[in-house]
Amino acid sequence: MKTAISSPTIGAMGKTGTWRVFRPIIDVEKCIKCWRCWIFCPDGVISRNDHPRIDLEYCKGCGICAQECPVDAIKMEREKK
Amino acid sequence: MIVIDTGNNIAALAAKMARPQVIAAYPITPQTNVVERIAEFVEKGELDTEYIRVESEHSAMTACIAASATGVRTFTATSSHGLLLMHEMLHWAGLSRLPVVMVNVNRSIGPGWNIWSDLTDSLAQRDTGWIQLYASSNQEIFDNVIQAYKIAENEDIFLPVMVSYDGFILSHTSMPLDVPAQSKIDAFLPSFKPGWTLDVDHPITHGNIVPPKPYMDIRYSMENAMKKAQKIIEDVGEEWGKKFGRPYGLVQEYFCDDADYVFVTMAALAAEAKVAVDTLRGKGEKVGLINLRTVRPFPYSQLKYDNMIVIDRDLSPGLGGIIYHEMKKINSTMYSFIAGIGGVDVSYKDIERMYQLAQEGKEGWYPLEVK
Amino acid sequence: MAIKDLPRDEYLLKGHAACPGCPITVALRIALKALGKKTILVIPACCSSVIEALYPKSAFNVPILNIAFEAAAAGASGVSAALKKLDKTDITPVVWAGDGGSYDIGIQALSGALERGTNFIYICYNNQMYSNTGIQRSGATPYGAWTTTTWTGKKEYQKELGEIVRAHHIPYVATAAISYPEDLYAKVLKAKNMSGPRYLEIFAPCPPGWRFDMSKTIEMARLAVETGAWVLYEEIDGRLAFTSYSKKILEGRDRKPIEDWLRLQGRFRYLTEDDIKKIKSRLDEKWNQYKAR
Repeated sequence: MKTAISSPTIGAMGKTGTWRVFRPIIDVEKCIKCWRCWIFCPDGVISRNDHPRIDLEYCKGCGICAQECPVDAIKMEREKK
Repeated sequence: MIVIDTGNNIAALAAKMARPQVIAAYPITPQTNVVERIAEFVEKGELDTEYIRVESEHSAMTACIAASATGVRTFTATSSHGLLLMHEMLHWAGLSRLPVVMVNVNRSIGPGWNIWSDLTDSLAQRDTGWIQLYASSNQEIFDNVIQAYKIAENEDIFLPVMVSYDGFILSHTSMPLDVPAQSKIDAFLPSFKPGWTLDVDHPITHGNIVPPKPYMDIRYSMENAMKKAQKIIEDVGEEWGKKFGRPYGLVQEYFCDDADYVFVTMAALAAEAKVAVDTLRGKGEKVGLINLRTVRPFPYSQLKYDNMIVIDRDLSPGLGGIIYHEMKKINSTMYSFIAGIGGVDVSYKDIERMYQLAQEGKEGWYPLEVK
Repeated sequence: MAIKDLPRDEYLLKGHAACPGCPITVALRIALKALGKKTILVIPACCSSVIEALYPKSAFNVPILNIAFEAAAAGASGVSAALKKLDKTDITPVVWAGDGGSYDIGIQALSGALERGTNFIYICYNNQMYSNTGIQRSGATPYGAWTTTTWTGKKEYQKELGEIVRAHHIPYVATAAISYPEDLYAKVLKAKNMSGPRYLEIFAPCPPGWRFDMSKTIEMARLAVETGAWVLYEEIDGRLAFTSYSKKILEGRDRKPIEDWLRLQGRFRYLTEDDIKKIKSRLDEKWNQYKAR
């Protein structure tokens, strides 16, 4: 019997990191571990470790993390070709 | 146990005895007694079901689909415009391969408002992937509803099943019938086992975007299930015959073996045609009858006779009688009569007349325009 | 609960199909942290049904019944009834729907489910248009907004579904915004721990639909609340209270000028001075009424 059943999969839409035009760079010295970047990330690619780490395989480069960081610890840099 | 009751009350009784755990239904003439009986059963504690008094038929079918997907047996009932309103969700139930069972009380489609019987409502749903059974007596209503669950829930099928019967002619007419004991019904119907389900321990997503190729596979699977359904409907009907003394098949044949002409019709018209066969046989005419119990899957293999007089109480404008045209691929002489549209009364005398007309090589809209 | 203390479980998996900067996925991540594993989502046609990505893969790690556009609340009614029969009422049926499927085509099913006292949570994420089909107007689209079906700006004011829902007298009605994650989380959690019909509406500014830079999604939601264009409230068993920043406004803090918010969105580019005056006075009137209550 076939019907439209799909299974939970990480990367269901592929490596969405390839969508990026800008990538976030975190200055860990400035980071105050408020974790706003983590909660506001629409893609959930920021992980809670000693400091925020970004999974660049899936980060789409929206820049919300950089925008919301209260201490400007995140900068968006253009992807090099 | 022999009871005397109306088609609607019997449909509700059969639904009760099948033990669905969720019922979602919306009232519409001439089905209303079904939902009323169910409400009574529930509130008197005779039926242990969650009864959702939904706010439309579209929601009724949606709720049944969702409940079925969550893992329970379901039931609903409707008619005519309610069935039409559900149309999107009929397709949804079919493609989702959920064994929802529904009773449809045939009624003409408006405008203008017409509450009398006409089969266009259910026949217009023939492409939705539902197995379609028709009843020509209150006994058949009961027997079909119970068998519907066994057919729908068969693991080679998992398709929804619709049992249709004529508005007022059957729905509001009392007839005697035999109702088996609950224990026998419980023995006949195994407990509900879903084909797939929404399970928090094994999460799945049902119904996200499906690209063209896998979609075609899904449709192919549906068609295969319909093909398998032919035999399973016969098997279930045979089992019913053994257990309850009334065997069923895809069709019901009456005096066909030596017939020169065979009426092909369904539902209440078939009951009427039986009387016509009796009277004609009494006059020495060699006629027979095929009562089309099953319309989906269409029982082509059973329609192997010549000179078939097809009586359609339905219309596909621009095509003609739906059953007649479904049968066109059979290489046989056939006569098309369209009769009883909008609930126009058709008696056995009218059917005898159709036989005479067919013998003259005539066919058409009876009695408006026959040539 | 502070942001850093919010649960770390992720039920929305990375690599989903949403636009970069999508507010829906911000809301969904937070909501699912509150709802947890024992959740069955019912999702009508909307952006989320596409965000799930393509068969045979799904980006969501909770069971989902996708359903027809107008039918979400009826679907949840069916799930809820079945869970009751199966003795699994520790599982929460949750509708996750856009404003299209809630304000317009889905309002009948929603109203029916609420009136029947259905045990479920209905969450409407409101991006004020039919975004999935490409930015057409909905009943939630505000006055003056450009959409592909209101090229010269919408001529009508939007409905307020929260008010309509409140008229059903259900146990829990709340509004939230993605810019206040603690408030959103607390509300979803509170709803989860109640029973009966519960409704939440989450403000979700959409970058492609409203024409602003994708990095400003959270900022847009914040400004909407700070200008009073979106109100954060919670009504529990008929007792209404404003929460978070909206509460501060009610208690006396000045609202930021609405022009600040309108100016940042391309969809309001065609507003005339007259339009802005109309919007302003209507908003002022609304807040005067709130303060008078």
